[in-house]
Amino acid sequence: MQVSKHHHHWRKLKSGCVSIVCFACALAVIAPLGLVLFHLVRLGAGSVDWHFFTALPKPVGEVGGGMANAIVGTLTLLGLAALLGVPVGVLGGIYLSEYGSRRFNWLVRFMADILNGTPSIVWGVVVYALLVIPMKGFSVYAGAVALGFMMIPLILRTTEEMLTLVPNSYREAAYALGIARWKIILHIVVKIASKGIVTGVLLALARVAGETAPLLFTAFGNRFWNHDLKEPIAALPLQIFTYAISPYEDWHRQAWAGALVLILMVLALNIGVRFLTRGKFSARG
Amino acid sequence: MAMFVLALVVLVGWKLFQGSQLTLHKFGWRFLVQSDWDPVNENYGALPFIFGTFVSSIIGVLIALPLSVGTAIYLTELAPNWLRQPVMMLIEMLAAIPSVILGLWGIFVMVPWLRDWPFPFLKKTLGFTPFFQGPIYGVSILAAGIIIAIMILPIITSVSREILRSVPDSQREAAYALGATRWEVTRIAVLSYAKRGIFGATMLGLGRALGETMAVTMVIGNRPEIAKSLFAPGYTLASAIANEFSEATTEVYLSAIFELGLVLLLVTIVTNIVAQLLIGNFGVGKRVPAGH
Repeated sequence: MQVSKHHHHWRKLKSGCVSIVCFACALAVIAPLGLVLFHLVRLGAGSVDWHFFTALPKPVGEVGGGMANAIVGTLTLLGLAALLGVPVGVLGGIYLSEYGSRRFNWLVRFMADILNGTPSIVWGVVVYALLVIPMKGFSVYAGAVALGFMMIPLILRTTEEMLTLVPNSYREAAYALGIARWKIILHIVVKIASKGIVTGVLLALARVAGETAPLLFTAFGNRFWNHDLKEPIAALPLQIFTYAISPYEDWHRQAWAGALVLILMVLALNIGVRFLTRGKFSARG
Repeated sequence: MAMFVLALVVLVGWKLFQGSQLTLHKFGWRFLVQSDWDPVNENYGALPFIFGTFVSSIIGVLIALPLSVGTAIYLTELAPNWLRQPVMMLIEMLAAIPSVILGLWGIFVMVPWLRDWPFPFLKKTLGFTPFFQGPIYGVSILAAGIIIAIMILPIITSVSREILRSVPDSQREAAYALGATRWEVTRIAVLSYAKRGIFGATMLGLGRALGETMAVTMVIGNRPEIAKSLFAPGYTLASAIANEFSEATTEVYLSAIFELGLVLLLVTIVTNIVAQLLIGNFGVGKRVPAGH
């Protein structure tokens, strides 16, 4: 059958049009990133100064003050969350990769994916029931546990993925030398994959660093320094939220500054990780 | 330690179930279909929240899906090689923006802009439909849908991209050999092969959308109403929990909020399971160990 030239041109034109549409889609997907970063710098940069990092929030109505307590609060919460999330996540990942039956591991993986998809606000509610009610009050512990719980499935999955990237020939060679299994895992397999595991941990930290919802009724927020882990504590995302929905102009200004600092923290972790993992066992294949 | 994950799932479900005992007994199924949310008279119906959650999420998915698939096609089939990694990195950076920051941007930049330009335009051109009528406040279900779209673009894009990448090259080569143009190759050989997986990616995005809290709370207007117009304020399950938790002074009120959490958890679990089942077959994320 003879295909007309006209028809051929039409098909090529259509193909070209779709290419342009797809390119436009890609631009549209990236555009919000550019817009958000642009406005963060435009509205936030002017307010990020020495004061912002060192001062406590001023009482309502007074201009000025900083977010020192919120920055320290976020770091405290992340540190404690890591104490819970990292060991459980990494050891669980090692188990999935090196031990366990097929069926059990499938189940754990499946559940971990479900936990990863669980809305962060749900973690807040659960930890409220688990810790805040029995301890009769909001606390650093509760906030850290909420974030720690969120980190577990994230770290578990990346750790497992990194360990399965280690060639089996390494394990076999070690077995052939008669080395004990736990030694092989700890000194050979985990060591080789350690960069990847650290990457997973840092990405999980970056992810929960910006979480607000799980902290709303666990860490709760605090306008002063926290001196006791059984007391509420401030966190950067919480402070941004409170300030953003407040009616005060000066608080809006500080919310932008806080958001700029927070996003720089998160992006620094994200981009830093990418440089760390350049090499054989990269996080994304 | 792996058991801990299983224990965690049980813990989450159990704590929410336990917390919502009171309202479960008092209202039963009525909780889900009643549209009155009236803490003063101790009458709790979650329908406005369920409505707001689904409508805003579906708007989000409807906006995000075509853009994401277009981008995924661009990244796997069209873009020059040197551009693919940087674009993907930008998309991952978008995914890394905390929800609260997107909400801040939403309140102070996006909502005022929507109120001044696109919303009046929509009202003028599509105002004859019931969906674009009524007063324009800016904060609305539609604004929430747009914010949700921005939040789920990265996940749908990156999963779709993995799916498209998993389509064997032989499929493409076969179509090219038949004289197909680039678009025809993509449509016939690639998209038809990847359809299921892209649907799975969409469900994954929907799961995220349903549970989105902070950004949505900041732009949806937080009014427990079921309105036809997309310009009207709404409320979602997640934002209701976020806003009303600290106001929950009575036990029944608190229990009602726990039940909102339970409903939200169940809905997202179902969505995520469907997504996993759809994507699972493509072997995305499961890599052959190196050296084999």
